[in-house]
Amino acid sequence: MNSAFFPLAVFFAAVFINNILLANYLGMCSFLSVSRELKTSVGLGAAVTFVMATTSLLNWLVYHYILLPLGLDYLRFIVFIVVIAAFVQLVEMIIERVSETLYAALGIFLPLITVNCAILGVCLFMVIREYDLLSSFTFGLGSGIGWFLAILAMAGIRLKLARARVPRGLEGAGITLIITGMMALAFMGFTGMIRL
Amino acid sequence: MAKAKVKKVFLDPLGKQNPVFAQVLGICSTLAVTNVLKNTLVMTMGVVFVTALSNFTVSLLRKVIPSRVRMMVETLIIASYVIIVEIALKAFVPDIWRQLGPYVGLIITNCIIMGRAEAFALSNPPGISLVDGLASGIGYAYVLLVIAFFRELMGSGTIWGYQVMGSWWTNWSIMVMPPGAFFMLAVFIWIVKGLLLTNEEKKS
Repeated sequence: MNSAFFPLAVFFAAVFINNILLANYLGMCSFLSVSRELKTSVGLGAAVTFVMATTSLLNWLVYHYILLPLGLDYLRFIVFIVVIAAFVQLVEMIIERVSETLYAALGIFLPLITVNCAILGVCLFMVIREYDLLSSFTFGLGSGIGWFLAILAMAGIRLKLARARVPRGLEGAGITLIITGMMALAFMGFTGMIRL
Repeated sequence: MAKAKVKKVFLDPLGKQNPVFAQVLGICSTLAVTNVLKNTLVMTMGVVFVTALSNFTVSLLRKVIPSRVRMMVETLIIASYVIIVEIALKAFVPDIWRQLGPYVGLIITNCIIMGRAEAFALSNPPGISLVDGLASGIGYAYVLLVIAFFRELMGSGTIWGYQVMGSWWTNWSIMVMPPGAFFMLAVFIWIVKGLLLTNEEKKS
C-alpha cells in the first residue's frame, strides 16, 4: 500500500490497533510504576509522546543517511540509544532554560525516558517495517499518543481502584496487570479496522 | 563466610527477591515472545548472558567510570553485549532470530540489567557481580519459561512445537494473543504472592 493515506493509516494503527503498550508490551516498567497518579501520568505521557515522535524522525535520518551508506547496520542498537539519550539530555537543558513551569512539570520524567523500552522499540520497529520518513514520524507520534492513552486510562482506573477491595496477593502489580489485560482485550476490538 | 555470601547472592533472585514477581521489573521486552516456548528460551538465554556479563564488566570498570555519566556507560556496555547476542542468533538460529524481530534489541532497555548494574555491580567486586547477574537472569528466565509453557500449552495445545493435547482440546486463542500474557503474569504473581503471604502468617 503506497497511497498518500499510508502515513495516516500507520498513525491510527499505532494508536489503536497495534498499541505499543497493549499489543507489544513495551514501556511496561514506567507504566506500572507511574500510573498511580493522574497528574504524573499526564506529564510522563506528554513527554513520551514528544520524545517518541522526534526521535523516530531523528533515528530514521541517522539510519538511512549515516548507518546504511557506511554499512554499519549492526551498530544500530548503540547508535539509536545514544541518539535518544543525547536528544533527551538536550531537551532537558532547553526546557530548563526556556520555561521554569514546563521544567517543573516534565523535567523529572525526562531521564526516565531514556530507558523506556517503548522509545527504542518504536525506532527498531520502524527500521524492520521499512517505513519512509513521513510514516516513521506518524508511527512515532501515534505510538506516543497510544501509550499516553493507555497510561491515562490506567491512572483513572487505579484512582477508583484505591477504594476497592482487592485480594491481598493481587494488590499492586497483579491487579494492574489484569486491568491491562482487559484493556488489551478491549483494544483488540479495533483489529481489522485498518489493514496495513 | 564468603561462601555463604555467594550462596545468598545466588539464591535470593531465584526466590523471594525475584526480579519479576517481587519487583515487577523488565517484563517489557520479553513478555512479547512468551507465546512460544522455544523463542522464550532463546530470548531468556540472551538476557542471562547479557545480565551476567554486563554486571561483570560494569563491576570491573566501577572505579574508572565517572559517576555523572555512569548511566550512559552502562547502557553502552549493555548494548555491546546485546549486539553480540543479536549477531550470534542471526548466525546460528536465523529462523528464531526473524521471529524475535526487534525484541532482541530491546534487551538493552530491559530494566533488570540496568537495575542490577546500578544496584549491585557498582559497589561490588567483579566475581560476585557475575554471580549476581547470572542469578538475576536465571530468576527472570524461569518465570517467563513457566508463563510461556502455559501460554503455548493452552493457546496452541503444543509444548516445544509438539502436539500434546488430543483432539478434544479447543485452543484458547486468547492465550497466544497479547491479553493472555498479561493475565498469565498476573495469575502467576497472584499465586506466588499468596504462597509467600501464607508462609509469613504461619511464621508470625
